Amino acid sequence: MSAEPTAASESDLAIVRALRAGDETAFMMLVERYQPSMLRIARMYVSTQAVAEEVVGDAWVGVLKGLDGFEGRSSLRTWIFRILVNIAKTRGQREARSVPFSSVWLPDPEGEPSVQPERFLPQDSASPGHWAEAPASWDAVPEERLEAKETLARIAAAIEALPPNQREVIRLRDVLGWSSQEVRNALELSETNQRVLLHRARAKVRRALEGYLAAEEAPGP
Amino acid sequence: MNCSQLVELVTEYLEGALPRDRRARFEEHLRGCDGCTAYMAQFETTIRLTGMLTEEQVSPQARQALLGAFRAWNA
Repeated sequence: MSAEPTAASESDLAIVRALRAGDETAFMMLVERYQPSMLRIARMYVSTQAVAEEVVGDAWVGVLKGLDGFEGRSSLRTWIFRILVNIAKTRGQREARSVPFSSVWLPDPEGEPSVQPERFLPQDSASPGHWAEAPASWDAVPEERLEAKETLARIAAAIEALPPNQREVIRLRDVLGWSSQEVRNALELSETNQRVLLHRARAKVRRALEGYLAAEEAPGP
Repeated sequence: MNCSQLVELVTEYLEGALPRDRRARFEEHLRGCDGCTAYMAQFETTIRLTGMLTEEQVSPQARQALLGAFRAWNA
């Protein structure tokens, strides 16, 4: 794996050309796509929602003003989020925030295990660390049920309940489909920390889904 | 490698970040373990379904403000 940032795609360059030509639709499409993540990420660096909203507004202005300098060495979204993070940091510093920024994306050293320890056989058993009872196969769960609104709502709720750094990493990676390199570049995250945050987030979402699907299968009263 | 160790490595495996020998042990364990095979399938289904979520909506006020900013920049 190379450490080089993912370069801008043809479609990124087309969007930049449209923006330079004053295309409002192209701009609003970017806003729809990234504004919610930008707001949540900005909120991690500053003390109030109102300041986070200002930061995001300033970031968009920074994006527009910087368009002529966009050389396509990174993807457009990576570039946008770097502008956002820089502005959010500066703003947070001015607020003399007590939390150091270096810890914003640091995984909690006391991370929980991916699977509850009681799901595995104990040390004094014949096969320590093996499944006490294997996870259920979801092969028999109909696709309509997996993709049902209610199931997706459970996933959304599980993501919402995550610590902010895990939540934003899983959103960028698995909801918005960014590559690991883009996330690392945009948020100035190490490869290991990005992966740890993503893994913990996915493990918790899987657990929530497992609990939900198991309860669904149980016979009613 | 046992099951409780494998479940911690799934993302590292999927990202192609496991060193070759650990990757080989991971795959070897997976071939012989129905529980971990089911876990892995659940994990991948979770990722796929997460990809079906949509972002929240931008508030009309924010949209209006940003459209204003774009027009001012473009003027």
